Amino acid sequence: MRAVDALMECLKAEGVDVVFGYPGGANLPTYDAFHDAGIRHILVRHEAGGGHAAEGYAKATGKVGVALGTSGPGATNLVTPICDAMMDSVPVVFITGQVRTDLLGTDGFQEADTIGITMPIVKHSTMIHHPSDLPRAIHEAFHIARTGRPGPVVVDIPTDLSRADIPYEPITDVHLPGYQPTTEGNQKQIRLAAKALANAKRPVLYVGGGAVGASEELVELALSDRLPVTCTVMGLGSFPASHPQWLGMLGMHGTRTANYAMDEADLIVAIGARFDDRVTAKLSEFAPRAKFVHIDIDPAEISKNVPAHIPIVGDTKNILPRLTAEYRALGPDPQRLEEWWHRISGWQERYPLAYEDSVDTEIKPQYMVQALYEATGGDAIIVSDVGQHQMWAAQHYHFDKPRHWINSGGLGTMGFGLPAAMGAKVGCPDKQVVALVGDGGVQMNIQELATLAQDQIDVKVFIMNNGYLGMVRQWQELFWDRRYSHVDMGNYPDFVKLAEAYGSTGFRFTDKTTLVEDMKRALATPGPVMVDVRVTAEENVYPMIAPGQPARDMVG
Amino acid sequence: MGEPGTKEILSLEELEAAGNFRSGRKHIVSILVENKPGVLTRVTGLFARRGFNINTLAVGPTDDDSVSRITITLDGAVHSIDQVTKQLHKLINVLKIRDLEPEETLARELALFKISADGVARAEVMQICDIFRAHIVDVSKRAVVAEVTGTQEKVDAFERLIRPFGLIEMARTGEIAIGRGRNET
Ligand SMILES: Cc1ncc(C[n+]2csc(CCOP(=O)(O)OP(=O)(O)O)c2C)c(N)n1
Ligand SMILES: [Mg+2]
Repeated sequence: MRAVDALMECLKAEGVDVVFGYPGGANLPTYDAFHDAGIRHILVRHEAGGGHAAEGYAKATGKVGVALGTSGPGATNLVTPICDAMMDSVPVVFITGQVRTDLLGTDGFQEADTIGITMPIVKHSTMIHHPSDLPRAIHEAFHIARTGRPGPVVVDIPTDLSRADIPYEPITDVHLPGYQPTTEGNQKQIRLAAKALANAKRPVLYVGGGAVGASEELVELALSDRLPVTCTVMGLGSFPASHPQWLGMLGMHGTRTANYAMDEADLIVAIGARFDDRVTAKLSEFAPRAKFVHIDIDPAEISKNVPAHIPIVGDTKNILPRLTAEYRALGPDPQRLEEWWHRISGWQERYPLAYEDSVDTEIKPQYMVQALYEATGGDAIIVSDVGQHQMWAAQHYHFDKPRHWINSGGLGTMGFGLPAAMGAKVGCPDKQVVALVGDGGVQMNIQELATLAQDQIDVKVFIMNNGYLGMVRQWQELFWDRRYSHVDMGNYPDFVKLAEAYGSTGFRFTDKTTLVEDMKRALATPGPVMVDVRVTAEENVYPMIAPGQPARDMVG
Repeated sequence: MGEPGTKEILSLEELEAAGNFRSGRKHIVSILVENKPGVLTRVTGLFARRGFNINTLAVGPTDDDSVSRITITLDGAVHSIDQVTKQLHKLINVLKIRDLEPEETLARELALFKISADGVARAEVMQICDIFRAHIVDVSKRAVVAEVTGTQEKVDAFERLIRPFGLIEMARTGEIAIGRGRNET
């Protein structure tokens, strides 16, 4: 059979039910194979939209996403989603077309060195040199993307090879001698961690995106005692925000309680988190009193930024239940946390996440998130873009379940939200999916509204419209003497008309007194909807750790 | 020091941080990689983007056709070797990494020196070559080419001694290394 038909067989064998892609000269054979493949293909309007959609699909479902593009510009348009998937450990397989093998290296039409360009931002990549290698390469790609620390894998297929006839037999085994992720976790280390935890008087569980698949196990550990929990922006939802042991998010725009608790902790248990600079703030003054247990599936994360005292390499899902069991077996005295909780409660009472609401009908951005929480019953998958709205959503939409909060954390990619929401909805058709985006970022992949309309993908897009590149404006206000430079977006475009032009339903809401009801109406409208919500133009995200400052000096 | 109720005693004070350690010495790291296109680029690209400075790098075949060996030397005062090897391990095409123990390791590099040597200087150059067991592999009217093998330190010493005579040019391979004894490196 043709190599591309074998490709379809491999995708089906991997359980792929949908791919996001865009055709072109170099992947014409692949597109021909879609005719009979029985795989749903969603024609996006820009490869970047397809890449982010595959990420959104993967983040919402936990399955591997797939994005396709042609050679040259098709592949370079995928660079941002590839990098985004790398930074946030998202399992996505990117399949790109490449020029004919006899044109390779000649600057042929639409030739780009896709493997070379993407090398620093992939978990792995392969260029097909012999057509019969294709099936194995595809299965290896899925295996690598999905296992260990997940990430993006690129498979680049020269067009002449993709049409070649190959003998195809299903492949059931993948053997990669240089790739054997450690998943179990060393029992002795786990025991040591349990002992440390049992002896800690001021412990904190610091949880990142690596625990999204181990939410139940995390809750079990935390509840085996009164262990306080905080999450990074990637970990939100792993621990229920409605629980009394929840301290709120930590880091630059985290709660004072979470950041102060880290600052005073004597033992920090990092669970699938990587001590990013947005979390540690000034590294030399980060958690100065703490010893660290670091649980991560990627050994290179351990002691990369903060030296670990008890490293445990493995999958959080395997390790947490054993840590809980060891901890319970020690019969730690819950009384010892009394004083710690007294201190924490003090912060919680003194520093709740508050904001000054408007006295008239003006919609404060924080209130918009609160209203969205009410209108959705707190149970929607919220997909955000990047900016102030992202931080307000993280602070005020209280996530109780994992995979309900999808955002671009590591790379901070504007333009992520709308297409990722599309992918999330395709992966979770029975869930309410809301894209909560900024007026700036939504325009970076707004073309995907056409895809939503054509495929009737029921995403509700809520634009937090402050008329500014708000996050940049905030920094200019606070750190550059309010010298605003190129952050005013004007009053363009008319999002309601644009929604209609793209075949969605458009709304504009400006009054806070009716906002919840208005939102419910928008959510109840069938098909894709885009809502322009006018909010306060110059509002800042607080609290905040100013750049270069230690966490305990939070402002606002 | 254990708290009441905990059966086992462990003081948090006693815990010591493991990683991020700077050894302060030179390291020779031997990396076995799959012999496939682009693998060297992956390794060197990783060094570049993580800011790891390599002093020397040598690549060549091994007894197994499908495997190549990359030998690098780097300064353990500047980098945590632990972090370097852990990052390298993440490359799928990297099969095995050894941070070689200095006492257990035979390291050699090959160097060619073109030295300006006429008249009386020539005899002196030859004498130094002799002491270092360097071979003169080319002689012309005003210059000789000497071939030296040995550890990086030996070649450095040879270079220092020969420089004053007029070092016209020099080519060095960087060290390759193999473990002593029966075990595979
Ligand atoms: C592709 C990209 N370009 C630039 C930035 C820098 N940046 C971060 S937030 C932001 C402003 C976003 O504005 P908007 O989408 O309106 O969201 P708001 O902050 O107003 O909520 C910018 C420009 C980025 N993160 N991504
Ligand atoms: Mg804005």
